[in-house]
Amino acid sequence: MPEPIRLTIDGRSVEVEPGTLVIEAARRVGIKIPSFCYYEGLSLAGACRMCLVEVEKMPKLQTACTLAAAPGMVVRTDTPQVAEARRAMVEFLLTNHPLDCPVCDKGGECELQDMAFRYGAAESRYREAKHHVPEQQWSPVVYYDRPRCILCYRCVRVCDEGMGVGALGVVNRGGRSEIAPNRGDHLECDECGACIDICPVGALTSGMYRYHTRPWEMAHIGTICAFCADGCKTTLGVYHNRIIRGNNRDRSGLNGEFLCIKGRYAADFPHHAERLSSPLVRRDGRLVRATWAEALALVESRFREALASGAPIGIIGSNHTTNEENYYLQKLARQGLRTPHLDHPRTGDLPALMAAVAGREAALARIEDLYAARAVLVAGADLAQQHPLLSWQIRANWRHHQARVYVVSCGPVREDRYAARSVRVAAGRELEGILGLEESLRTEPELVVVFGEAIQGEQVARLVAFGDSLGIPVKYVCLVDYANSRGAADMGLLPDLGPGYQPLERSGMALDEMLECADLAVLWIVGANPLAGGVRPPARFLVVQDLFLTDTARRADVVLPAASAYEKEGTVTNVCGEVQRLRGAVSVAGAKTDLEIFTLLARRLGLETGPVTWEKLLDEISSSVPGYQVSAAALRAGVPQQVRPPRQASPSRRGKVRSARDTLFTSGTLGRYAAILSAVREAPGELYRG
Amino acid sequence: MLHPEPHPAEVVLLTRRFRLRDSASIDTYLATEGYQAFRKALAMTPEEIIEEVKKSNLRGRGGAGFPTGLKWSFVPRNSPKPKYIVANADEGEPGTCKDRLLMQYDPHSLLEGMLIAARAVGARAGYIYIRGEYRYLIEILDRAIEEARRRGFLGRNILGSGMDFDVYTHSGAGSYECGEETALLESLEGKRGVPRLRPPFPATSGAFGCPTVLNNVETFCAVPPIILKGGLAFAELGTPKNGGTRLFAISGHVNRPGVYELPMGFNLLRMIHEVAGGVRGGRKLKAVIPGGSSCPVLRAEECDVAMDFDSLARAGSMLGSGGVIVMDETTCMVKAAARILRFYAHESCGFCTPCREGTRWLATVLTRLERGEGQPGDIEVVRNVARNMLGRTFCPLGDAAAMPASSFVEKFREEFEAHLEGKPCPAEEVAIHA
Amino acid sequence: MKFSEQTEAKLARLVESYPPDHRRSALVPMLLFIQDEVGAVTPQVVEEVCARLGISPLEVEEVVSYYSMLRREPAGRYHIQICTNISCMLVGGAELFEHACRKLGIGNHGVTEDGMFSLEEVECIGACCWGPALQVNYDYHHHVTPEAFDRLIEQLRGNGLKQRGT
Ligand SMILES: Cc1cc2nc3c(=O)[nH]c(=O)nc-3n(C[C@H](O)[C@H](O)[C@H](O)COP(=O)(O)O)c2cc1C
Ligand code: SF4
Ligand code: FES
Repeated sequence: MPEPIRLTIDGRSVEVEPGTLVIEAARRVGIKIPSFCYYEGLSLAGACRMCLVEVEKMPKLQTACTLAAAPGMVVRTDTPQVAEARRAMVEFLLTNHPLDCPVCDKGGECELQDMAFRYGAAESRYREAKHHVPEQQWSPVVYYDRPRCILCYRCVRVCDEGMGVGALGVVNRGGRSEIAPNRGDHLECDECGACIDICPVGALTSGMYRYHTRPWEMAHIGTICAFCADGCKTTLGVYHNRIIRGNNRDRSGLNGEFLCIKGRYAADFPHHAERLSSPLVRRDGRLVRATWAEALALVESRFREALASGAPIGIIGSNHTTNEENYYLQKLARQGLRTPHLDHPRTGDLPALMAAVAGREAALARIEDLYAARAVLVAGADLAQQHPLLSWQIRANWRHHQARVYVVSCGPVREDRYAARSVRVAAGRELEGILGLEESLRTEPELVVVFGEAIQGEQVARLVAFGDSLGIPVKYVCLVDYANSRGAADMGLLPDLGPGYQPLERSGMALDEMLECADLAVLWIVGANPLAGGVRPPARFLVVQDLFLTDTARRADVVLPAASAYEKEGTVTNVCGEVQRLRGAVSVAGAKTDLEIFTLLARRLGLETGPVTWEKLLDEISSSVPGYQVSAAALRAGVPQQVRPPRQASPSRRGKVRSARDTLFTSGTLGRYAAILSAVREAPGELYRG
Repeated sequence: MLHPEPHPAEVVLLTRRFRLRDSASIDTYLATEGYQAFRKALAMTPEEIIEEVKKSNLRGRGGAGFPTGLKWSFVPRNSPKPKYIVANADEGEPGTCKDRLLMQYDPHSLLEGMLIAARAVGARAGYIYIRGEYRYLIEILDRAIEEARRRGFLGRNILGSGMDFDVYTHSGAGSYECGEETALLESLEGKRGVPRLRPPFPATSGAFGCPTVLNNVETFCAVPPIILKGGLAFAELGTPKNGGTRLFAISGHVNRPGVYELPMGFNLLRMIHEVAGGVRGGRKLKAVIPGGSSCPVLRAEECDVAMDFDSLARAGSMLGSGGVIVMDETTCMVKAAARILRFYAHESCGFCTPCREGTRWLATVLTRLERGEGQPGDIEVVRNVARNMLGRTFCPLGDAAAMPASSFVEKFREEFEAHLEGKPCPAEEVAIHA
Repeated sequence: MKFSEQTEAKLARLVESYPPDHRRSALVPMLLFIQDEVGAVTPQVVEEVCARLGISPLEVEEVVSYYSMLRREPAGRYHIQICTNISCMLVGGAELFEHACRKLGIGNHGVTEDGMFSLEEVECIGACCWGPALQVNYDYHHHVTPEAFDRLIEQLRGNGLKQRGT
């Protein structure tokens, strides 16, 4: 550890590591130095001049955001000169800024408004005409209003440095300077909205949220994004039982402030017009509305018939339901309905990895490891498209810590731009590509290996053996597609493995086998759409539980409307095995949570008595599922809990692993129901690969 | 552009070739001790060269007057990175037109100065960043570079010394701010002319992120005589800490405007009345901006001052780029201030708040005042806005705008008040009766 | 896009002037040299420069919109730039500019109908001691009185017509 530096700020002694900026040192002792352009994690600008402070022995005021603390430095932030400078900067910023806070979209959460309140003068002396420029729409997501822009360049930097996209720039000069999109009059980008969230004023606003409400009229509910497996925390803004935006401005959660378009703007799917609001049953070949009692009675009778006749029952679980629901479902299946035929659409070979690293406490990387590890290898995945948070973390690691990044892929990926080495291979040759990097990898002090569906089956074991042979600490991330893909596998929604990848005495049919088996008396599909490709339902009786009338639900005999992740409590596990808590933000009339549906059925079948809550189930999971000893209290406090690889685990020998290879603008079936994802101009997956 | 003969008060050192036939050609140059200083420098150690420049008390001619030898000594000797020499030929400061003459009449002295700097810091390439308007000078310089290459003064293994060095011209495209050293480097790298955060300074991280010596054209041109005749000889021409001669561009209301090479510390009044032939039409001197439009204006009675960095600083102004702008009694100070501030508003790069908003604000208020559309409080606004910019902008352009603004209103307040009160402009009154 | 031999030669020299991994350095002079030939930085020019330097259109736009000598629309055959900055102003620069507007019947940034002349009020062009000064394209004219301006215009008009005729 280098010697700490001691300096004095407003008479208080502060000790910081070398290289700490004065603005951060002050924050450390609770002294707030105002700033606009300074933004933790982004390159320094020194443009807004809001953070001027007095430093002894320096004739001019200094910008605290660019000044590194030095031993013995004496800083003052509370002098009349500093107050005057701040007042002047606010005045400058307001000269051309509209003073219409009451009708500005940002009113109530605008940093300029707050600064003017704290540091500004009561009256402006600016009497000149303001330079008016009409507002521009750059995409369905992004709007820009030049007069409100204070040119802090946060948006430009977050897009370039944070996202690695660089879709925003600065054009013109002097007072005419403005932010511009990369395609003349419009944007072609990830449409993530990071620029909008980071904008301190109302210059950048989102097509989804703008002018819908005032920030203080909303309820703000922090939950976990319902789309990909990265598990970003998103704070949903809810107004009149509708979700109108997501963001993570408080930087809590494992994603900090990161969110992609799905986390920020795709949370409107619960309110989609096609959302199922009552059960449907098939009468005379057509699905018609029915009451819950009718629909459940029908399902109960079919289950009873099957149980009585001993005809097989098949169950396909979901990548979106909670851990508690998945755990309960497998219990209901195996112990209640006594069927081994249980699976879910698998998108990465988690069992193979768990078997290969069983018992190793430190073998699984966390989201934060991608930011901290000295070296990261990405194989067979386009992270910027499929796992934007992982991509963000690795990029930040490279920017802040000069991490060395290795890429093995079939096509160009965003990581190429800063990778120490990029290897292009033919599809299916990813493992060979990795083995070819042996010499370079050996020189690294540590490594995180992120691999996609391209590496599965026994290749996973070979990959781990290769990792062991490097003689350095190696951690792994097995990529999976959806919000709780990981939890579905962990909870044992598999034909031959129970919770925690424990081998079962009796293995059942895997998903594909069930879809081909003509003998199934009942096929129960929970929150999955395996018949999307036009596959015929073979079962005599098909029960589908989902949010929408999906391709699969259309073929069902009974459709049960389920609640989405934004309407329920429970936990989900992200791609790195970090368990986090879901919070219900809205309720949608007619739908029931999957857990509620399970227990209603169980009760009808005489399999369940007392009330079942997610908390109780989590306790049970915690005490019985290998690796899942998580603290419920910590989860409740919003702290992600990483699960460990079980002490012993088996690979799955039945069934297939298939990733949907989603893009930023798709997310399996769910993505179709988020309006913004199909509204953007970018062709899914085509643009912004590189 | 040149007067047929130098003025008797001139000390022709940097301008001594100006009136020779084919002064820009390498033959003329070689015939007049050209590249002798460089040959001498080849026999010196880098430390000796820098020591000589330090002894000369040469201070940067671009505006800030930073000691050149000291600047060169900041270049890290043992950096593994390539090093660069950059000549600032952006000459954008209103009132300044002297680098233009140096490049037009004696381009090889610039090349030789750069060569010596390269020798002193171990650079392998140099760039002359030249404003886009000076297209004809690019052609002259390119020709000179070609000649020097052909005669073995540039390129590989120069004069068999083992030293490699080459020079390239680089054109700007219309931006005053690109004269600011770090904005210049950004522009040289194909970007907007927005200044860089300092530290690091160009000496450690300049062109392409490598150690760089960046000086004004005239500064480089002063180096060959320093090496050839010794630093002390150069220093003795000027005043303490202000060595040598300097090229003063005298413009405005004088009978003989022009560029004159005078020793540092030359008296300003003498410069106007004697060298530049006095105030036009026998009128009274009203004001002088002594070092380019960025410097605080001096009232006539403040003009009995020695023209060196320190004396002018004591007089509350600056020597800047040596552009002496002379205004007689018919000059409307409101109009002058407004014009100067419109320039800064036009040229502010817009990166930082106080410069971007302040220059626009000042230009708008002063232009209104000029048009007789002043409002009560305007004068205070100008003073106060200028004060709020001063020392608080990202680069010195904000100061460059604030200093004339505040000095004009403070020193000629009565004239601004007359404009404000709708009275006839005192200067125009004088003009009518003159 | 392919340019004249002279321009291509200039561009080729430019690209060689910078360290190999700093091709982008050529951007500002490249735009100016191409503009000299094409007359303006057109969308095609932007595209061409992107291809030659391996940068994005946005990076070019940022630069084009920053520098005052770069323009999107062609100027007249003779682009007349009159300095009205302080030194020139003191000796009649502003009056000269007004005279030029009247003489040519156009305002700042205007182009005469026949495309022969365009006019621009510019900042200091480094001719402070020889004002009022102007540039026609890249050629300097010093001590320009209104009468001298009229003579200059007549002469240029003559040249222009002659060139057009041949
Ligand atoms: C706004 C601004 C414009 C400048 N323009 C020029 C210029 O045109 N030519 C010049 O040599 N220096 C100019 N300078 C000064 C340079 O930043 C730099 O100090 C100088 O070129 C260093 O060379 P010197 O030490 O030889 O003076 C300018 C500075 C500022 C702040
Ligand atoms: S749009 Fe917002 S974030 Fe971007 S520069 Fe303007 S104020 Fe800053
Ligand atoms: S926060 Fe320091 S200049 Fe903007």
